[in-house]
Amino acid sequence: MSVTSNATGDVAVNAAVVADRVDKTFATGKAARVDALMDVSLTVRAGEFVSLIGPSGCGKSTLLRIIANLLEPTSGTVSVNGKPAARARLDQDYGMAFQQAGLFDWRTVRKNVELPLELKGWDSARRRARAEEMLALVQLPEFADHHPWQLSGGMQQRIAIARALAAHPRLLLMDEPFGALDEMTREYMQGELLRICAQTGTTVVFVTHSIPEAVYLSQRVVVMSPRPGRITRVVEVPIAGPRSEDTRNSEEFFRSITAVREGLRGHGAAGAGADDR
Amino acid sequence: MNPIARRIAARTGMFVLALSLVALAWETYKALGPEDGGALLGVRILPRTADFAMPHVWDMFSRYGRPEVRGSDRRVWVVVLAGGWYSLRLALAGFALGTVVGVGLAVLMARFRIVQRGLLPYLVVSQTVPLIALAPLVVSWGGKLEIGGFVWPRWLSASVLGAFLAFFPIAVGTLRGLSAAPPAALELMASYAASWRQSLIMLRFPTAVPYMVPAFKLAASSSVIGVVVAEISTGLKGGIGRLIIEYAREATGDPPKVFTAVFGAAALGLTMAGIVGIVDAVLMRNRPREEPA
Repeated sequence: MSVTSNATGDVAVNAAVVADRVDKTFATGKAARVDALMDVSLTVRAGEFVSLIGPSGCGKSTLLRIIANLLEPTSGTVSVNGKPAARARLDQDYGMAFQQAGLFDWRTVRKNVELPLELKGWDSARRRARAEEMLALVQLPEFADHHPWQLSGGMQQRIAIARALAAHPRLLLMDEPFGALDEMTREYMQGELLRICAQTGTTVVFVTHSIPEAVYLSQRVVVMSPRPGRITRVVEVPIAGPRSEDTRNSEEFFRSITAVREGLRGHGAAGAGADDR
Repeated sequence: MNPIARRIAARTGMFVLALSLVALAWETYKALGPEDGGALLGVRILPRTADFAMPHVWDMFSRYGRPEVRGSDRRVWVVVLAGGWYSLRLALAGFALGTVVGVGLAVLMARFRIVQRGLLPYLVVSQTVPLIALAPLVVSWGGKLEIGGFVWPRWLSASVLGAFLAFFPIAVGTLRGLSAAPPAALELMASYAASWRQSLIMLRFPTAVPYMVPAFKLAASSSVIGVVVAEISTGLKGGIGRLIIEYAREATGDPPKVFTAVFGAAALGLTMAGIVGIVDAVLMRNRPREEPA
């Protein structure tokens, strides 16, 4: 079982993310109390690609933000790369990408990629060299001096990924990064993301609404359900080796999709590699 | 022709056209309207068209070329230009001061919610104080002020009153802009563990620019109004406000003369607007801009 309810021993050592019995309650008023997350435990191994999937309000984005230390859990602990989440954020141990690319219009593409490096206090020569490297990685080196609004949505999202990875974090947190893209661009971007992750060895926690996207990208798909937000099932995707466009037509791909879908519907019957909790 | 030159040409054309239409309307009414004015339902509403009330447009413009007073070799346009230049410098000083104060207050209000809650209502109230009432006060406070060897010059009071009007739109516009950063961008900065100062400089100020530019435009014309009114109400010599008062006294004997000073004040406002327009173009370069069709 790869999901531990108790993060101790060896697991924590080579784990990128360990969330241990995390609860999150939003108290918006005296009457309204929202249990966004209840008793969520999750371990993500270094180098692993894990997707969080579930309907709106299941707390998947909240969980991502707690891992990123943008939100504090009400109870429970989160560690990233073996340190408390707050420390990991201050050390810029992770990069983050959102549904909106969120590039700064007033900066050139190059300067956008340099942003996290600037905040780390790197000198300009070193920043520039790294930005070149990152733009080559996302295959947009010729657009360094453009402004973001001159580029298409898919290109902007690739720049956002370059920015997220600029400081060479070992962990990438992504909140529906391809949600605003059309289907063709989306599938292309999925391939690009896998290529980049394979090249850099980055661990990814990926929030999505799309079942095929989650299955195509991930080694494990974490299925969540709302009210209260909790993990209901973890689906292992048994596709060995690198994924390609052929993966989308494979037997395992469809079986995993079915397993995730059943998990979302709350069926008890376990699919391939499914792990009911 | 490149698009910027075309836009400037089109704007200039529209400006000249609009001015000509006003002049045409003026002359048409002067030709057709009643000499001694007219009453509508017993209320005197139609202005008199006699030369002393409505001089011909060409008389106003030819007045610029004649001497200021009989026998003087200083022509009116020289005097008006000098007055405009003097007031422009005061207005620019007031604008600069208003910008520093306005932006400073906006940053404080954006940083500390309590300051925003406590201060903003008073800023609004401050703008309801009539400038004419305030002008003599500022002059007398300034006169009493002595810090080291610094002596408060009289003109500084006029600039301060310009700043008093200019800071308000800048403070409000900048505050709105500083609060306009999208939540995702703020989260992004937080994920990089950026300090408040870093996100102020790298995110909030750049986001605020589109909100600050219209505020600057308002502030530019406000600073001119403040300076001109201050000149009039404190009797400061040398500026366009003083000229308007002086020439108005001669309005019965020399009706076109007062208009030369009024046009001078209008040109002053346009110059300030032009300067801000250049600042706007510099700040907004590299931004997405909807091209006018």
